Amino acid sequence: MKKELLEVLSCRTLNGSVYELKLSGASEMRAGQFVELAVPGFFLRRPISVADWEDGVLTLIVKQVGEGTKQLRTVQPGEKIDALTCLGNGFDCSAKRPLLLGGGIGCAPLFRLAKDFAASGIRPVAVLGFRNAEEIYYAEEFSRYCDVTVATDDGSVGVKGNAVSAAADIPHDRFYACGPVVMLRAAAQACGSGQVSMEARMGCGFGACMGCSIRTSKGYARVCKEGPVFEAAEVIW
Amino acid sequence: MVKNTAIDFLGHEMKNPVVPASGTFGFGWEFAEYYDLNILGSMSLKGTTAEARYGNPLPRIAECTAGLINAIGLQNPGVRAVIEEELPRLSAVYEGKVIANVGGHSEEEYVQTAAAFNDCDKVFAVELNISCPNVKGGGMAFGTDANVAKKLVYSVKKHLKKPLIVKLSPNVTSIADMARAVCDGGADALSLINTLVGMRIDLRTRRPVISVRTGGFSGPAVFPVAVRMVNEVARAVDVPVMGIGGVCSARDVIEMMMAGATAVQVGAANLVDPYACKRIAEELPDVMEELGINSLKEIVGVVNAE
Repeated sequence: MKKELLEVLSCRTLNGSVYELKLSGASEMRAGQFVELAVPGFFLRRPISVADWEDGVLTLIVKQVGEGTKQLRTVQPGEKIDALTCLGNGFDCSAKRPLLLGGGIGCAPLFRLAKDFAASGIRPVAVLGFRNAEEIYYAEEFSRYCDVTVATDDGSVGVKGNAVSAAADIPHDRFYACGPVVMLRAAAQACGSGQVSMEARMGCGFGACMGCSIRTSKGYARVCKEGPVFEAAEVIW
Repeated sequence: MVKNTAIDFLGHEMKNPVVPASGTFGFGWEFAEYYDLNILGSMSLKGTTAEARYGNPLPRIAECTAGLINAIGLQNPGVRAVIEEELPRLSAVYEGKVIANVGGHSEEEYVQTAAAFNDCDKVFAVELNISCPNVKGGGMAFGTDANVAKKLVYSVKKHLKKPLIVKLSPNVTSIADMARAVCDGGADALSLINTLVGMRIDLRTRRPVISVRTGGFSGPAVFPVAVRMVNEVARAVDVPVMGIGGVCSARDVIEMMMAGATAVQVGAANLVDPYACKRIAEELPDVMEELGINSLKEIVGVVNAE
């Protein structure tokens, strides 16, 4: 963990409720790690997963879910954000034929993972699930590094269904999933060996409060500290 | 002039009054990767029970204006693991002595867990948590009835070889009455306040945010309540008091001490700034200089002076 003052480079709307923040001044982070951003006027920081980090520029993709992420959206280029960075463990990148499974805002941390695989000469398959056409973001960006299948719950674009059902026939040796818990559980049951990035309401984000502990076959684990990425088979769902 | 931040708590000399509060600092050693913990006066360890506990289902956290509600439910690895694994790790990175915080569901569990620390040199006092709002059939149930609290303290004291600090709940009609009762039972010191019972509702789902409906509210929002209660208790009893509740700065520490606290615990502030306690300890001499305070010992309870 590091405490860093980040500078806003840009804040861009991707769709109605999702926006992309680019920030400078962050230490290098791995795919699957996250940051905790202070939002003026709000007591707790906001945990946001790393969508990308390249040459000192941190990219975050944020879903506006409440008042804090609504205010965060109003930041202007040049503004400073008080952040805790390099939080959590990150994905393992060990697959030879990786399958990336994203659900909604859970697609975001898979972007950096896709780039990491591409950099090592492996082109992953990514199945990105969204509720409907309006909620799709970053499909173009993903397609630079992986073969993308889009799934929508209402079938308005791509395959009708969720990321896990849409991935049923895709060969892979290991999967990497991030999204709602129900989707992660389905992936753990249907997709064999893999890793899931869990989400939880957090207090601190760095292991102090035990606010985000889940049960695993290895005992209690804090999503923020031992996670957020866990072996799917070790999570007690 | 060099400022003297040292204080004496129950005969234990501390280099300053800054103590991370139980439940906001784990078992301490994990914070050593962020800064040298030896700047801290002491620390109150994560609440410990006889056996390992997972605690409550998620969500356990709800944000509030200037604070948060937590309902962790005393997640901890059990007293054996604390003594055999956590304390040695802490000893490797922190020279000072610490406070073991003990929770429970029954008088027997409190007694057994507290007494387990009898032979731990690292622990200079036990803090009895009779005020946790997040444990069913225990915790706060012991801290909201004066007779029950007094009897429990008496039983624990009988088996404990170390000084006993009793952590009081603010969720009572008269905290001064509770303070008198536990002092009658044999408490050597008091710490207060634990969290205030609170609740938040998710407007979309129309359900409580916290899985177990309610939790303990803490953070800077409760600071004035804590100062008032510390002052009430300091006037009601003669034992030393550790002030807790929303402390975020050196100025808050000094205010809490003026109200009657000999030492001060810092809780929720640690959760938004892992360096909070270090920052507060470092700020103290400058704030003392500004306020014309040479030694912190001289300001304890000064608000009550004629």
